[in-house]
Parts: sequence; C-alpha cells; structure tokens
Amino acid sequence: MFRYIASRVLLLIPTFIGISFIAFIFIRLLPGDPVIALAGERGMTPERHQLLMEQFGFNRPIWEQYFSFVWNIFHGDFGTSIASKRAVLTDFLTLFPATLELSICAMLFATIIGIPAGIFAAVKRGSVFDQLSMGIALVGYSMPIFWWGILLIILFAGILHWTPVSGRMDLIYFFKPTTGFMLIDSLISGPKGAFKSAFSHLVLPTIVLGTIPLAVIARQTRSAMLEVLGEDYVRTARAKGLAPRRVIGVHALRNAMIPVITTIGLQMGLLMAGAILTETIFSWPGIGKWMIDAIAKRDYVVVQGGLMLVALIVMTVNLIVDLLYAVVNPRIRVK
Amino acid sequence: MTNEVSPPVPLAAPKSAGRMARLSEFWFYFSVNKGAVIGFGVLVFLMLVAIFAPVLAPHAPYQQYREALLTPPSWQTGGNSMFLLGTDAVGRDLLSRLIYGARFSLFIGLIVVTISMVTGVILGVLAGYFRGWVDALIMRIMDIILAFPPLLLALVLVAILGPGLFNAMIAIALVLQPHFARLTRAAVMSEKNREYVVASKLAGAGHLRLMFKTILPNCLAPLIVQGTLSFSNAILEAAALGFLGMGAQPPTPEWGTMLAEAREFILRAWWVVTFPGLAILITVLAINLVGDGLRDALDPKLKRS
Repeated sequence: MFRYIASRVLLLIPTFIGISFIAFIFIRLLPGDPVIALAGERGMTPERHQLLMEQFGFNRPIWEQYFSFVWNIFHGDFGTSIASKRAVLTDFLTLFPATLELSICAMLFATIIGIPAGIFAAVKRGSVFDQLSMGIALVGYSMPIFWWGILLIILFAGILHWTPVSGRMDLIYFFKPTTGFMLIDSLISGPKGAFKSAFSHLVLPTIVLGTIPLAVIARQTRSAMLEVLGEDYVRTARAKGLAPRRVIGVHALRNAMIPVITTIGLQMGLLMAGAILTETIFSWPGIGKWMIDAIAKRDYVVVQGGLMLVALIVMTVNLIVDLLYAVVNPRIRVK
Repeated sequence: MTNEVSPPVPLAAPKSAGRMARLSEFWFYFSVNKGAVIGFGVLVFLMLVAIFAPVLAPHAPYQQYREALLTPPSWQTGGNSMFLLGTDAVGRDLLSRLIYGARFSLFIGLIVVTISMVTGVILGVLAGYFRGWVDALIMRIMDIILAFPPLLLALVLVAILGPGLFNAMIAIALVLQPHFARLTRAAVMSEKNREYVVASKLAGAGHLRLMFKTILPNCLAPLIVQGTLSFSNAILEAAALGFLGMGAQPPTPEWGTMLAEAREFILRAWWVVTFPGLAILITVLAINLVGDGLRDALDPKLKRS
C-alpha cells in the first residue's frame, strides 16, 4: 500500500509542473503584455507602463519569472490582485467556503436521491420505475444548467415567491462568520430566522448544481448494479437461499458501489471548481463567480492564481479518490 | 504498389453485400432501443432544419420589428400570428432565430468533435503503440489538461484568444480531446499484441500501416460512442460560453448567446428565456439518446447477453 501511495504522489510532480507552467504562461501569451491588457482601451503613458512592468516583474527573463512564481507558490504567495490589491490566496480562502458549502450540499442531494434510484431501477429492471427514472436521468444529464437555473428562478422565486432570487443570506441578518458555512454559522451564532434565510438561499443553487451529478450517479449505480447482479457469486448467494434483500443489500451493493464512489469523488472535484455557471446565475459569492469576474475585469494575476489553486484542489481530490479506491478495491494495489 | 491494386469486380460485390449485412445487423441492435430511434429521428429533423433554415424561417434572423418588441407567443393574449413564438427585446422573431441557431449548434458540435477526435486519436494511437517515453509524455500532458475543470479552462483559453465562436470551438476541442486520447490508447494497448497484428507485422507492415490500418479500425466502437458524447458536450459547453459572453457574440442567433441577452427579461417575458434553452435541451437529449443506442449496439459485451 505504501508503495502505491508513493507512486501516485510521485506522479503528481510532473502534473504539478505542467499545471503551474500553464497557469504561468497564459498571461504571458496575451496579445501585447498583461499591463497593456489591463489598461484596456484607456491606454497609459510609457513611464507608467514601464513602472508597472517592473512592479509586476514582467520585464525579467521568462525562466526567472517562472521560478519565482513557483517559489512564491510554495511560500503560499499566489500573487496580489491588480484590482483589489489583496492577496489572491486571502480572497480565495474567504470565498472558498461558499463554493465548498454549495458543492457539498449539491453532492449530498445527488447521492441521497441518485444511489437509491439507481439501485431500484436495476433491481426492477424494465419496470415503469426503471424507464421513468432513467428517462428523467437522461434529461438531467442533457440539461443546460444555466437555463435550468433560470427556469427554477422564474418558477420558485418569480411566480411562487418561495425562495429568494440570488445571494447567500438576507442583508438584514449579520453575524460573525466562524466556519464560513452559512448553514452552520447561522445556527450557532446567527439571530432568529437567519438559518431559514441561509437554507432558502441554498435550495435552488443546490438543485441546479446537483442535477448533472444526480443523473450521472443514478445511471452509474444502475449499470454497476446490473453488472454485479449477473455475477456468479450473486447467483450462489441466491441459490443458498438468502433473502433477496440481503443478496442485494450486502453481496451486490458492496461491489457495485466501487465504481460509484469513484464517480462521486471525481464529480466532487469538478463541482468545487466548476460551479461557475451556478454561481453566476445565483450571484453566489464563491470561487466560480470570482474567477468569472476576474476574467471580465482582466485581473490576470487573480486568473493565474485562481487557476492554479483550482487545479491544485482538483488534483488533491483526485488523489484522495484514487487512494480510497485502492483501499476499497485491493486488486488495484497489487498491479 | 503491386499489392495495392483494386480487387477484381466479382470480389467487390460480396464486400459491399457484407457491408450492407453489417449495417443491417447494426440497425437491428440499434433499433431495439426505442429511445435511440426517436433521438435519431429528432437529430435528422434538426439537421434538415439547419440545412433549410433560409426556407423555413418566416423572418430574417436579424430583422428588427420595432413596433413589436417582446411580443408574447401567438397563442397568448397580446400575441401576434406573425410571430409564432413571440419576439425578443429588440423585436426579432424568436422562431426564426431559433431555426438559424440550429445551424450554429450542430456546426459547433461537428467541428469540435472532428478536431478533438482527430488529434485525440492520433495522440492516443502514438501513445498506445509506442509506449515508453512517448506514452509518458503524451499522457502527462493529457493529465494536465484534465486537472482543470473543462469550462474554466475553456473560459481562460477564450480570454487569451479573444471571445468569439471560432476561438470558443478551439478551446472546447482542446478540452474534450484528452478523453479521445485516453480511450484510444487503452484500446490500442489491448489490440496491439493480438495475433492479427503480429501476423501483419511479420508480413512486413510498417509502423504507420500497423497503427492506422491494422489496429485503429478495431478500436472504433468506443470512439464512436465517445464521439456522440463529445458532440452533445460540445454543444452544451459552447452554449455555456455564449451564455457567459465568451462564445458567439450578439447579435449571432446562437442559443446560449440568445439566453444571455434574454437574462434581464426573465421575470417579464418567459418566452425569450424558455425557448432557446428548450432548443438546447432537445438537441443535446436527442444526441445522448443516439449515444446510448450506439453504446448498446456496438458493445459486444451487452450484445451477447
């Protein structure tokens, strides 16, 4: 097991170099240079241009810039936003809990509905429930989620007035953030009604972000379950006279869950970073919206640092998924 | 050259008959899946709509009817029979724009899949065939691309290249391409040591012939399925980029861009938001249905059971 972990971690080194290189090189590929790009149509005097180039270090040799970029990353310095003058890492850490909270809720929503639906569909293969749920799953899988979000806003916020349109919390509530998770903070230190507000803000984004993972998990669970149900050991278990519930719940489910857990893990990595569309629609103050705003504002230091941080998170989550996979499935370790 | 002469006529006939038989066998398995047949029908319909857009569209897609801004669909009160699905905020006919939009979406899907499939397959074949450092290099690069969330990477690429439909297509193709490379590599690796490949090698076939004529045709099934998946993904991502203002630029009647333009009217005029999204959903759903059918028909493991 130790050798497996070591080899997986070693494989991350070239990926890390590649990621840092891509994040680094892209602001240097911009037409002109980053300082001109930042100035946009306003333009700037040559002296100011010179000053800014020196300030950001863009006039140094390219390899020197790269090494100082990587060096700084190892020291927790992901650059300073040109627009807000704050450290990129500080902004990231402030906003990350919002994205994490949304992603976790979306994933819970997707697994709690998706896994049972997939199991039932597999066990009752060909039934009305199977066809209906898999039909819905395919629609969910094909959903343009930015449109789905708008539809839900029209219905639940516009017509029914059940939920707010956007944001994380009504402005009338104010309390000190301790964990950064609104649901938890509002419970422990928030005034009366704050938790309800946090919850109602979270419902629609959760559904929207969770839709595609839900569809993927339901489909994956069903096909993994079908595959396992055809195996010899399941037939043996049935032949032994075990109750169907025990065969499905213990013998089949355990093995069917292996690929499903991988799927969940990989989806989680993508969700945390890829909540771009959902956060934009609901004005959710998280990482996705932050990156979009930085791209729109041409704040390329933030884009560079954000890209790096996001890729690091995806990389770490994928590593954890791989290691968990090896724990559940010993066949992987031996290879 | 000598062994490349075209076969004599009598031999050609059974060959084409064999192809027909294979095609009808494929259709037999494909048509078992009713959803796939429906999806295929919808897809053909959409293609016809895209091709004959100038004939079908009642109005020009950019024509603004200044006296009919935000007209509701014709069946609603205040609707106008001239505009079946209503008009948008500057008085353009929604139906006509949707019809023209089909052209963009299908075109985007086609181009993106072609680019990503061709590059991905070439890289995958090289990696799987040569192994060693070629494999390591190519696969590490794929890992790096896959470490970024696809939409985010596409967004950043478009930010570098400049917003627009063409750049969006390149960015999406780049993001989707590692899937083809990985899939091809795995398939090539499992085929490489089969007897027919060894036989062909002993017969003196060169690397290129072995890679692309001997091995690749036997790896096509999973690639076709991945191709359909990427086709629908490309349409979704392009629409998402358009929605975020980084894809096709207004006034292009691209469905995602239309949604972005309609965002501020969501609570006043439901039709400007509903129909473009519905068009995206139907198109993507049809392609995914076909993809499921293809998977069932081409996967030998499922065929046997």
